[in-house]
Amino acid sequence: MSETRSAGDPDLTTYRDVQLSPDFSELRRRFRRFVFPMTGLFLVWYFVYVLLADYAHGFMSTKVGGNITVGLLFGLGQFVSTFAITMIYVRWADKKVDPDAEKLRHQIEGEPR
Amino acid sequence: MTAPLMLPMATDIGNPVVNIAIFALFVIATLAIVIKASRNNKTAADFYAGGRSFTGPQNGVAIAGDYLSAASFLGIAGAIALNGYDGFLYSIGFLVAWLVALLLVAELLRNTGRFTMADVLSFRLKQRPVRMAAALSTLVVCFFYLLAQMAGAGGLVALLLGIDERAGQSLVIAIVGIIMITYVLVGGMKGTTWVQIIKAALLVFGAGLMTIWVLAKYSFNLSGLLGAAVDKNPAAGERLLNPGLQYGATGISKLDFISLALALVLGTAGLPHVLMRFYTVPNSKEARRSVTWAIWIIGIFYLFTLVLGYGAAAIVGPDAIRAAPGKANSAAPLLAFELGGELLLGVISAVAFATILAVVAGLTITASTSFAHDIYGQVIKKGQISGDGEVKVARITALVIGAVAIVGGIFANGQNVAFLVALAFAVAASANLPTILYSLFWRRFNTRGALWSIYGGLAASIILIAFSPVVSGKVDAKTGKSLSMITDTGIDFSWFPLDNPGIVSIPLAFLLGWIGTITSKEQVDVDKFAEMEVRSLTGAGAEKAIEH
Repeated sequence: MSETRSAGDPDLTTYRDVQLSPDFSELRRRFRRFVFPMTGLFLVWYFVYVLLADYAHGFMSTKVGGNITVGLLFGLGQFVSTFAITMIYVRWADKKVDPDAEKLRHQIEGEPR
Repeated sequence: MTAPLMLPMATDIGNPVVNIAIFALFVIATLAIVIKASRNNKTAADFYAGGRSFTGPQNGVAIAGDYLSAASFLGIAGAIALNGYDGFLYSIGFLVAWLVALLLVAELLRNTGRFTMADVLSFRLKQRPVRMAAALSTLVVCFFYLLAQMAGAGGLVALLLGIDERAGQSLVIAIVGIIMITYVLVGGMKGTTWVQIIKAALLVFGAGLMTIWVLAKYSFNLSGLLGAAVDKNPAAGERLLNPGLQYGATGISKLDFISLALALVLGTAGLPHVLMRFYTVPNSKEARRSVTWAIWIIGIFYLFTLVLGYGAAAIVGPDAIRAAPGKANSAAPLLAFELGGELLLGVISAVAFATILAVVAGLTITASTSFAHDIYGQVIKKGQISGDGEVKVARITALVIGAVAIVGGIFANGQNVAFLVALAFAVAASANLPTILYSLFWRRFNTRGALWSIYGGLAASIILIAFSPVVSGKVDAKTGKSLSMITDTGIDFSWFPLDNPGIVSIPLAFLLGWIGTITSKEQVDVDKFAEMEVRSLTGAGAEKAIEH
């Protein structure tokens, strides 16, 4: 691979064709159907946490054992959910996005494989 | 506000010679690596993007090194030590924010851009005005971020070298600035990346060591550590473990907490120096891997800071921290001294210096790339300039930015670094993120929308900061001392009640982007939009790695 693009460099009409093709629409639909709800999910969970920490001091200060409070567990829960969503997304993208994206890319760039 | 005689003389801790020796060792070792790495700095892609040849894991560690700034280490530990649970929000917000970058931005950006954030934003809109706006907002965000890092450097210098007078501190800040400029000039993005990788490793190991040490003191019982922190802090007591100590006082301060939370979670994916790191890997899959690595390292590090913060509260105590020259920013170094004496203090403070150095180098290369590539190369010279010519301008810009950082650092002493960085996050989330998301996902988005959103978000966030209690008019109720940047309590021009502008400026920028778009008659460039959308998802036509 070099800095200059290979001879298969597509002109703009090709991009337009690809964009309108069913294969690409399917890839885009699949991508958005995963990342948008997932983003909504973690943002809601984050703001539920923030609002509880801000306005429900009594609840968050409840002790569950020793000096460990509900608030601390909720906070650590944010770490757990972040790690979990990262792993879920990477597994999903490796399996469900990469193969199709690669196929389209080779089609567009005209690289034999 | 305290009786200094009752406290350990904070400026006397540690041995300046040990501190300087360990720091010098780090500088020499990294400079050697930078020089070695820079042998292949031939093209613009080498200088700006490290030849796009870093692997995902390497870049992930470097991102962590770029992101875990003095704010994360000194700032969060200090915030937790003094404000308890409320300091914890910083680490949670800084971490969760990475999901926005991972899911919505990193890969798509890698596939469409070349060197800078502005490459992506101006991709399908009118090139020059949008590029100019994006470059300006890049420079502003980098400036705020630099200010925060240099403030951290100032406090640290005061603490470690026992330099109390302003002139001496300023000299050391200048030396830090000069070293960082050298890294960038000699090493470009490659050298900077290696400095960040080494620093990330040192920082995580150093913080990990301290964490285990603190936990061992309390027989690995977190509850015991929390109890000790409460005992050592009778003024706050149990409230140290509960939310609300810092932000719970009034309705306004509660709103400030939400504003901060919003800025933190939406800021990361709009930080130009973070976005630029995605161009140093060969493709979007590696960009994904690098974010994954970064999230794990950053997350684990923030778990450490929770222990370090409460550890500093329990072992050092809030009075000693408040009396130290760097105030809250000194919590972690003071804790190191209590644990392992002057040797550990020397190591930890060298790590903290390295942290500042690496982040400042990353910011400098981002700002100079943006100026040289976007403003000089594309807007002024309209792309009629060779890569070499651009790189020459970038190097000169790095010198100028270095000078600005040094001056800024001399002025911005004493504020909590995490807090200052949160302002940079608010500016990034307001000025950059709406346009990034709109141009990636909204077909109809157009030039006016981008300009209104970028300039509107930028202006709103900066104006609100300027007229907030951060700059003037915040007075400590107990001592009557000013807590603002303008320390003269007679000057008060604040009318915006919140410290962080995010809750107003971020929704406003999204709204302006929308209104600007729907009121403009500009036709969507369907071909350019098709190219951007197809490229962003498939990686076709994306910039490739350089093989030497």
